[in-house]
Amino acid sequence: MIPELGYGATVAALVLALWGAIAAAVSARTGRAALLRSGERAAVGAWVLITACIALMLYAFLTFDFSVRYVAINTNRGTPFYYRITALWGALEGSIVLWSWMLSIYTLIVVVQYRRRQPELYPWVLAVMLGILAFFLLVMTIPAPPFERLTPIPADGRGLNPLLQDSGMITHPVALYLGFTGFTVPFAFAMAALIVGRTGEEWITITRRWTIIAWYFLALGLLIGGWWSYHVLGWGGYWAWDPVENAAFMPWLTATAFLHSVMIQERRRMLKLWNLSLIILTFGLTIFGTFLTRSGIIGSVHSFTQGSIGIFFLGFLALVLLGSFSLLASRVEHLRAEGALDSVVSRESTFLLNNLFLVAATFTVFFGTVFPLLSEAARGVKVSVGAPFFNLVNIPVFLALLFLMGVGPLIAWRRASAESLKRNFLKPVLAGLVAAAALRAVGVGNGLVLATMALVVFVAGTIALDLFRAVRARRRTGDGWGDATWGLLLRQNRRYGGFIVHLGILVVALGVAGSQAWSVQTEVTLDKGKSVELAGYHVRFDGLSASEESNHAKVTGAFTITNGRAGSDVLYPAKKFYPQDQNPIAAVDYRLGFFEDVYLVLGDFATDGSHATVKLQVNRMVSWLWLGGLVLTLGAALAILPEARRTA
Amino acid sequence: MRASRLGWAIPAAVVPVLMLLAYGFKTDPHEIPSPLLGRPATAFSLTTFAGAPVSLEGLRGKVVMLNFWASWCVPACYDEAPALERTWREYKDKGVVVVGVDIQDKEEAARKFLAEFGHSFPNAPDPAGRVAVSYGVYGVPETFFIDRKGRVRFKKVGPLSDEFARQHLDALLKEPS
Amino acid sequence: MRRSLAGVAAAAVLAAASAWAAQPPRAAAPASAAARVDEQTVHDVASELRCVVCQSLSVADSPSETANQMRGIIRERLAAGESPEQVRAYFVEKYGDWILLSPPKSGFTLLVWVLPYVGLGIGLVLITVLVRRWSRAPHPAVPAQIDPAMRERIRREMSEMDKP
Repeated sequence: MIPELGYGATVAALVLALWGAIAAAVSARTGRAALLRSGERAAVGAWVLITACIALMLYAFLTFDFSVRYVAINTNRGTPFYYRITALWGALEGSIVLWSWMLSIYTLIVVVQYRRRQPELYPWVLAVMLGILAFFLLVMTIPAPPFERLTPIPADGRGLNPLLQDSGMITHPVALYLGFTGFTVPFAFAMAALIVGRTGEEWITITRRWTIIAWYFLALGLLIGGWWSYHVLGWGGYWAWDPVENAAFMPWLTATAFLHSVMIQERRRMLKLWNLSLIILTFGLTIFGTFLTRSGIIGSVHSFTQGSIGIFFLGFLALVLLGSFSLLASRVEHLRAEGALDSVVSRESTFLLNNLFLVAATFTVFFGTVFPLLSEAARGVKVSVGAPFFNLVNIPVFLALLFLMGVGPLIAWRRASAESLKRNFLKPVLAGLVAAAALRAVGVGNGLVLATMALVVFVAGTIALDLFRAVRARRRTGDGWGDATWGLLLRQNRRYGGFIVHLGILVVALGVAGSQAWSVQTEVTLDKGKSVELAGYHVRFDGLSASEESNHAKVTGAFTITNGRAGSDVLYPAKKFYPQDQNPIAAVDYRLGFFEDVYLVLGDFATDGSHATVKLQVNRMVSWLWLGGLVLTLGAALAILPEARRTA
Repeated sequence: MRASRLGWAIPAAVVPVLMLLAYGFKTDPHEIPSPLLGRPATAFSLTTFAGAPVSLEGLRGKVVMLNFWASWCVPACYDEAPALERTWREYKDKGVVVVGVDIQDKEEAARKFLAEFGHSFPNAPDPAGRVAVSYGVYGVPETFFIDRKGRVRFKKVGPLSDEFARQHLDALLKEPS
Repeated sequence: MRRSLAGVAAAAVLAAASAWAAQPPRAAAPASAAARVDEQTVHDVASELRCVVCQSLSVADSPSETANQMRGIIRERLAAGESPEQVRAYFVEKYGDWILLSPPKSGFTLLVWVLPYVGLGIGLVLITVLVRRWSRAPHPAVPAQIDPAMRERIRREMSEMDKP
């Protein structure tokens, strides 16, 4: 029953989306309002049907309906309740359903928000969004149908991939997809603006909040992915430059560039071609990311299965990129700059450099990711491009970006005089140098850490300086420090939201530099009662215990951690044995701290519990990554607040 | 004028990238060509599950089919196991030796696997993975065809079929010692 | 009574788990191998090699059994007197360039190391040229160009304003 109902709903949604896209486009061309209304109704209908699909799927999961192939593969009778729900997006077909659903919700929001406010652009925006939705529904219909029937109906399912049975599993894909699909809206507006010929700043201003929200969710998704990798995969790292990680990182980089360069267009009415190219590129990269994850052309720990789905996505990617860039090329005359630059030393130049470095980093990541393919195509030799390459090539670029983060907000628009440069930057530069010297004096030798620290202090210094001066000026109207600060943040929420986001990036940068430079690890086999020492921690192996969970068996090791300062603690790294997987999954245990985490992975063990191999890591500064994410959240939230009204 | 030419350069630049991605459909990221082909096979010296020694040196002059497997390698190793035994029975008097190397396995599970398929050719565990690494093994099952002079001639990644084994063994048997 | 049942259950789970697990016979404990091999060196060599059964992880980082064994082999060879370069070369000899987590900085693969910086350099030159050009001839303030659609809308709404 459910497979047929679900499939029917999918096909009906596809038809509605296609019809809506065509109706909206025709109404945009001919001005017939009735067609537009019909398109809107189609959008609502598509959303209703996709929601029905989700409801059907959830019902199938919750009632162990193994006649649905997707349910049978991804759960079994032992799968806990909450994982039966999150299994919805745990594999290929379900992830497309989630994507489509988010896209349909965003389309509805666009309908409600803009049908009256943007009568010129809106029909084309609706057409583009429904067209994109139609593509994903097409994928749900042909190459990756979630509602395939399984005959004969098995007694029990296979089960959810154990690596996905984790709290990160619930949030990581959702955040990422909110980010990816969020970029559809600015892209659709860009297309509409190009088609209609309204290539001014309008489409940027309208979609500003969308872009920030999508950017934020993508950043959040990346950080949660890092957290998931760190506490589940058992290698103690948070980022491996895996092709699929790269595929999510690239649109984030170009979106960051876009967020900054639109400010030049808003002020100086320049870079129109560039900004349109950037949003097309960003959206294209989200499709590329989806393509990479699902086509299997580049091996990755994330890859879903192969099949014809890769061809669908490549075809769509080709259509999107060639179509939108051709549209752009045909409208180039409308994109002439209306302003000019006054000086090389100015905020405009700083933002241009910011864009250059971000795009260079994107290119590096892209080239490194596809280089194995290129090498094979060109000379038939397979090579690997891994973390050492990406780190080595990207680090100077990221350091340069940190520097620009400090310069950009304070340097003057148009022309920065030597006087203003000195006033704004002398103290922060000195502070940065002093900080680096102080660290060096204390014994820190790592060049990367010194450079990062100097830059972080420099940027923090510029933010502090700007905030202090602005609050001081505001106090002259009679407010106290607290009121003045709060009022300032709310009044200029865009600017200060951006500053707080920058602070979040600084925190993350410190976390990255510290963890790379200062983390230590060792691997040792311990007899029961024996201990090993690392970085001031004594780890003693106390024994093994076994237990039976609902869908797996577990062997847990008990290790007592003692640290002179922090007292003692017991950690329980385990190995989980799932019947459907031949290799056991390591369940890491750790104690998180502000500055250091103790991290244990259980390796081989003797069945009598007499000895066990354990990998022990003391990871420094990793918590700062997650803290940075928190700060980013605050900054993004502040930035998207509606502009505060002028107080009396 | 210049701007419009620049404009069309962008979609033009996208085309080679798309073509490269399309090429990706023809390749398999999991198939790594072996650098050992045509080179002398690495010597090994193991003890079979039956307690007997087996070494590459001792097999000089014969064609060797060296198969890497594991009892946890489901379903591929299970699929090819009957073909291996059949090949052995057919070719053992023609100057071919089939040798199985069991990697990363538990002894009981391995013996159970051997008993299930009635393997009568020598099978030995590879305790620390030394032999596997020395042959550049990155998954199971993998099978190497070594000629009479001790050189690696073919490598099969994935389960073996009777025809494949027959084809390559016949080719190698034709060659002089 | 209950405690002994639990003990039996635990033992059964442990036995079953071991049967499921791919546990090799006890590998030579790293600590008992030639202790003069510096674990840091093992880690350094291992971090340049790609774990063959995972994607994108190094042999140093990977928790897989294969990586475990490869680290053991690295340790053995270092203990036998080989230099890190020789150990690395051994793996390249057996697996090909693919085993290196970073492509060699020579030949075709030099391209991947160099091209990003070449691109960056070209970009810097481009920006310098563009900024110079855009700032050389200061334009007088250009009135905002109104596109035809907007013009029409303004006309329409203004005429509506005039209506009583």
